[in-house]
Amino acid sequence: MSKDNQVLEELTSKEYEHGWTTNIETESAPKGLNEDIIRFISSKKNEPSWLLEWRLNAYRQWTKMKEPRWPNVTYPPINYQDVIYYSAPKQKVTPKGLDDVDPELIKTFEKLGISLTEQKRLTGVAVDAVIDSVSVATTFKETLAELGIIFCSFGEAVQKHPDLIKKYMGSVVPVTDNYFAALNSAVFTDGSFCYIPKGVRCPMELSTYFRINAANTGQFERTLIVADEGSYVSYLEGCTAPMRDENQLHAAVVEIYAMKDAQVKYSTVQNWYPGDKDGKGGIYNFVTKRGLCAGDGSKISWTQVETGSAITWKYPSCILKGDNSVGEFYSVAVTNNHQQADTGTKMIHIGKNTKSRIVSKGISAGYSQNSYRGQVHIMKRAENARNFSQCDSLLMGDKCGAHTFPYIDVENNSARIEHEATTSKIGEDQIFYCLQRGIDEESAVALIVNGYAKEVLNQLPMEFAVEAQKLLALTLEGSVG
Amino acid sequence: MLSIKNLQAKIDDKQILNGINLEIKPGEVHAIMGPNGSGKSTLASVLAGREEYEVTGGEVDFLGKDLLEMAPEERAREGVFLAFQYPVEIPGVSTINFMKTAVNQIREHRGQQALDAVSFLQMMKEKMKLVEIDQSLLNRALNEGFSGGEKKRNEIFQMAMLEPKLAILDETDSGLDIDALRIVSNGVNKLRSKNNAIIVVTHYQRLLNYIVPDYVHVLYKGKIVKSGTKELALELEAKGYDWIKDEVSVA
Ligand SMILES: Nc1ncnc2c1ncn2[C@@H]1O[C@H](COP(=O)(O)OP(=O)(O)OP(=O)(O)O)[C@@H](O)[C@H]1O
Ligand SMILES: [Mg+2]
Repeated sequence: MSKDNQVLEELTSKEYEHGWTTNIETESAPKGLNEDIIRFISSKKNEPSWLLEWRLNAYRQWTKMKEPRWPNVTYPPINYQDVIYYSAPKQKVTPKGLDDVDPELIKTFEKLGISLTEQKRLTGVAVDAVIDSVSVATTFKETLAELGIIFCSFGEAVQKHPDLIKKYMGSVVPVTDNYFAALNSAVFTDGSFCYIPKGVRCPMELSTYFRINAANTGQFERTLIVADEGSYVSYLEGCTAPMRDENQLHAAVVEIYAMKDAQVKYSTVQNWYPGDKDGKGGIYNFVTKRGLCAGDGSKISWTQVETGSAITWKYPSCILKGDNSVGEFYSVAVTNNHQQADTGTKMIHIGKNTKSRIVSKGISAGYSQNSYRGQVHIMKRAENARNFSQCDSLLMGDKCGAHTFPYIDVENNSARIEHEATTSKIGEDQIFYCLQRGIDEESAVALIVNGYAKEVLNQLPMEFAVEAQKLLALTLEGSVG
Repeated sequence: MLSIKNLQAKIDDKQILNGINLEIKPGEVHAIMGPNGSGKSTLASVLAGREEYEVTGGEVDFLGKDLLEMAPEERAREGVFLAFQYPVEIPGVSTINFMKTAVNQIREHRGQQALDAVSFLQMMKEKMKLVEIDQSLLNRALNEGFSGGEKKRNEIFQMAMLEPKLAILDETDSGLDIDALRIVSNGVNKLRSKNNAIIVVTHYQRLLNYIVPDYVHVLYKGKIVKSGTKELALELEAKGYDWIKDEVSVA
């Protein structure tokens, strides 16, 4: 596949679709990080003093910590003093409802296919839209409130539900958990908060959409989901950013707290700007996501489709503390051009009869490096724990790399652990077979890749699955050859 | 319909086709036989446009167009179909989904509208009957874990779906049990018409009892060294290839 393919590649290697910026007036903190900046952020958000103390403590801890170097990724040192830690769209009035939201912002999200006007939404998805450092609108609040469900921006939750925040923030991801979590704890700006009361099944998908807009700005959001006894919620997260030559920093924290018999399903379609074909620009994505199955019989399920970012460092994990609790991790990570991803999960079995399932599908193309890193830890108390892990890698071309780093620690002999791993290549045979049936090369790759990732894509809510399929195809366009 | 003139091709510097000449008219069935490694699958692949093979000489005209100039998917859309000797597995992609993509891309090429789910299903049901294939097989990932016979039957199902003008069946009979051979051959015969043509590559005369060819050719060392009618196949069955090889070396 020589000459034709080069032509094909030129024709089809699409630019990142969401790479535009919105001209909105912003209000920013000066570059750099110190205690004054943290005080500035905290006062901007009108925070109670305990929270400011919490941030300052996190900051002091962070200054003593070292950036992790163990991930299988390489990038020049990040100058944390060269980042803007707070940037907010200037709104003339503080929006009380959707009617008050700046039309420019509504337009921005509409361009991304996300309508913030409730009447226009056909599907039952409630959205919290976050641009740069603040949440600009949350839809369907009233409908949800009737069921006692709280779904709002993190900032609002701090004001209106301080007890819940105080109790659960940091309960799953402690401030000093890791370098980026500590940084986030010091400077986080907004994000989403969600509480599902006892016995309530949330009737619609809850969704947060993150958009970085301003230049040189880091995005540090926190999401906290608390699922009370016997409740259920399905949560979606999407993200995009404009194309910029400089790398931008994104360090988020997501905490899920599941009580007895609660079920939380968390799905992500990550599409941050990946940088250009030569590896210039793109988002550095350092994210800490963790769920605590605190109560017996609870279940937390992570599904992620990772297509964007220049660097991805991300291990959505489950702590299976309650007896009979279940943790799941379904992941598709695609890397193309010069992207680097080091992603996977941790399943910590503490309770009896706990079960975990890991299905990871890596796809590497171009000059990219794609690593799966996973830990399964069966603690002493965890009688009859079970884990099944399946880690597959698919290679396209011969200049990319796929790596698997599974770690298994077993402290209880009754554990049953199964681990399967495969590495395959998209065969020219497979492509030719498709071509011979009249299917063009791009569609052939899309078909093969989606087939490969099917088990994971099947976990996504319907409308998200279609989106994710398109995204996979788009990410890999022009990568065969 | 298909006119091959002095076709030569090589792979990795190994010359495999050494000047093939073949004329095929609409409605005809041509059988190609020949010893292992003589170049039968290579000829099929070159006609289908596999890029690993480099055409080093000759011409191929298909319905008035230069076939060798066309991309493989274009050839397929123009009506060339290859039933593979070794059908390829595509995990996670059902035959149904695969065929839906193929049928609609071909329809688009012909300026027709994409089939909706209902019409597609209806068409599929019809074609399933033709080769007596079970829908459960079509729901499974394409060729993954299929038995040898199931793979071959699936190829002919696809041929039925795509309604090609020129179908090349590369050892479709190998791996089929006696009943399946009859069923698949019947399916192929039902797809025969005065407007399309079929090339059947086989080692066994048995298949030609079911799919009766108008012509039989023997390929040897990348050349067609003998052509005849269906009686030639019987003769080969009885005598083997040695006498032909001798004829060639004498010549
Ligand atoms: N990639 C390759 N490199 C070198 N030689 C090749 C390659 N592919 C095929 N060949 C050779 O080309 C010759 C013709 O192969 P081909 O598959 O066309 O034979 P065939 O007539 O279909 O045989 P069979 O009856 O066994 O199916 C064989 O000698 C084979 O080894
Ligand atoms: Mg062959």
